[in-house]
Formats: sequence, C-alpha cells, structure tokens
Amino acid sequence: MKYIIFAFSCLILFVAFIFASTFYKDKQTEKLSFMAQENAAVFVRDHSQSLGSDDAKVYLIEFMDPACETCAAFFPFVKQIMNANPGKIKLILRYAPFHDGADYFVKILEAAKKQGKYWETLDVMYKSQPYWASHHNPQPQKIWQFLPKAGLNLEQIKKDMTDPAIVKLIEQDLADAKTLNVQKTPGFIVNGKPLQTFGYQQLQELIQSEIRIAYQN
Amino acid sequence: MLQTDQTANTNWTILFLCWLLVTISTLGSLFFSYVVGFAPCVLCWYQRIFLFPLVILLAMGLFPFDKSVIKYALPLAIAGWLTALYHNLLYSGIIPESIQPCSQGVSCTEKYIDLFGFITIPMLSLLSFSTIIGLLILLQRRTSQ
Repeated sequence: MKYIIFAFSCLILFVAFIFASTFYKDKQTEKLSFMAQENAAVFVRDHSQSLGSDDAKVYLIEFMDPACETCAAFFPFVKQIMNANPGKIKLILRYAPFHDGADYFVKILEAAKKQGKYWETLDVMYKSQPYWASHHNPQPQKIWQFLPKAGLNLEQIKKDMTDPAIVKLIEQDLADAKTLNVQKTPGFIVNGKPLQTFGYQQLQELIQSEIRIAYQN
Repeated sequence: MLQTDQTANTNWTILFLCWLLVTISTLGSLFFSYVVGFAPCVLCWYQRIFLFPLVILLAMGLFPFDKSVIKYALPLAIAGWLTALYHNLLYSGIIPESIQPCSQGVSCTEKYIDLFGFITIPMLSLLSFSTIIGLLILLQRRTSQ
C-alpha cells in the first residue's frame, strides 16, 4: 500500500510538472503572438539593423551580444538558413549586451554602421572574439587590431562611438528584451514565436514551420 | 498491537509528507529556473545543495521505515534553513547587499516574484525548510518516546 502511495505521488508530481511547463510555455507564446500584432515595435525598432529582403514574410529577430560565444557560433548557421531560403527571411538584429562591458562593442558596431560596414565589422568581431572576449581576462582594447580588416576608418569610429544616441538605443533594446522575456543570448523570435528549446535543429524547425505557414500558396 | 500499528502508520505518513514537501520544493525550483527562465543566484544554489539530496534520502527512509533517516536529514535541513534565513535577510535589506557573496553574475537580491507582497522565492525556501525541520523534529519526538 505504501509503495503504491509513493509511486502514485511520484507519477502525479511528474505529470503536474510536465503539465505546468507546457501550460506556461503556451501562455508565453500566446502572449508574444498577441504582442506581435498589437505592439510590433517591441520586436523591430527603427534603429534595428536588418538583413534580407523587405518582402520577406518571415521575420527572424535575434537578440545578440557581440561578446557572446554562442551568438558567434550561431551566426554562420543563421546565414546558412537565410541562403537556403532566399528572399523569404528577414533577419533583425537587436542588442542584448549581457556580458560585462559588451556595450563597448555595440558602440563600435553602431559607429561602423555609419560607414556602411556593419556586417563586415560584425563578421570581424565574431571571428576575433576569442582574442578579446576571454571570460577570465576580457581585453576589449584588443579588438582594435582586428577592425582594419573590415575596412573601417578607425579615427571616425572612435569619434562616432561616443554618440549618446547609441546608449539610448542599447537601453531601448534591453527594455524590449525584458518585455519579450529574453534572458539569454542569442534569443531568437520567429514571427512572434520564441524559440522554446535552444538548439540549431530547433531553430531550423521553427523557421521552416513559419516559412510553411507564410508561404502556403 | 493495533495501537502500535497506528503509531507506525502515522510516523510513516509524517515522513512521507516531509518527502512530498521536499520533492515539490525541488520541482518548484527547477520550474523557476528551467521553465520560467530565472537564473539561480549563488545563495539559491547553496540552498539547493541542501534540498536536493533530501528527495532521495527521505525516500530511502520510507522503505522500510527507518527513523535514523532523521539523523541524516536534519543537519541538511538546518543548513538549508540557515542559508535561506541569510538570503531573506539580504533580500529584505536587513543585511546590506555589499557583504553578499555574489557580486558577479546574478544578483541575490533581484526580486523575481512577489505574491501578495511577502511571498518571494527566498521566502518560499525558508517556509519550506522550516516545515521540513518542524516535521522531522515532530517525528524525532514521536519515535524516541
């Protein structure tokens, strides 16, 4: 009898946990899709950098941090998915510089945008990341030796990155990340649907299912 | 004979309730960190270190009922209770934040949930550890009679 009570309790607790998890995630998804309709600006701001066709029906929002290793590791994969589905995906980059001092790199990126070298600079940053973003000994100054590879005017960058507008823009993005419940980077949201469990496979499946919905005909 | 049977059953039930509480607390903390996505702070981890083993320890004490499990479980519960108490004092600002152990990463004083004005996650932990200790002491008294 005691064994039965015990086993039954284990089962009930297990089922309750799974049920609560599913319920919570569904609620979150519902909330976000509601926001996607009512308050689209939370997902895409005017200042947000984007890549891909304006006619694309699938919006891939990525909350990223230039100093985040996983973001660097995921970026080639994101590009690969975009290339595999030409014209169907628009990538929107949002900032979530959670690492200490990561806003320094966002400032460089935004300054590079003024020179029309945003994506080149991001590419250089991600590739050189191991040299300047070590967790034990972050050395942000080391980034400068890599930046010329992106074809940047460094003097101009140093001037432009002090623009207080960039600080405001980062604050706005962080506030939106909070609203959208993004607590880790990279945080992906596809057409208002957050990536439920993290992984390459899961991201690909989410994007594919949104493409199927958006391009039914 | 009937009397002792009943006493034994009640003792078992008390220990079982204790296990139930510990297991619900464990699942609750996992829910907050893995489903809701709150990152656990250092103090939360210390409380978990004292809480998680109790799930297995108390279950072992249930089959067959073994009162010596109290001896092993109580120190863990008290250590968890003390950590939870410290966490609550930090949280409510009675101990200033500057002496808290986690200066990097997740702040131990960031408020995640606040139900009815007093139920916070550290408070849930303290309540849970208090009840576990209460139940274990009750069981100790009953079995040592």
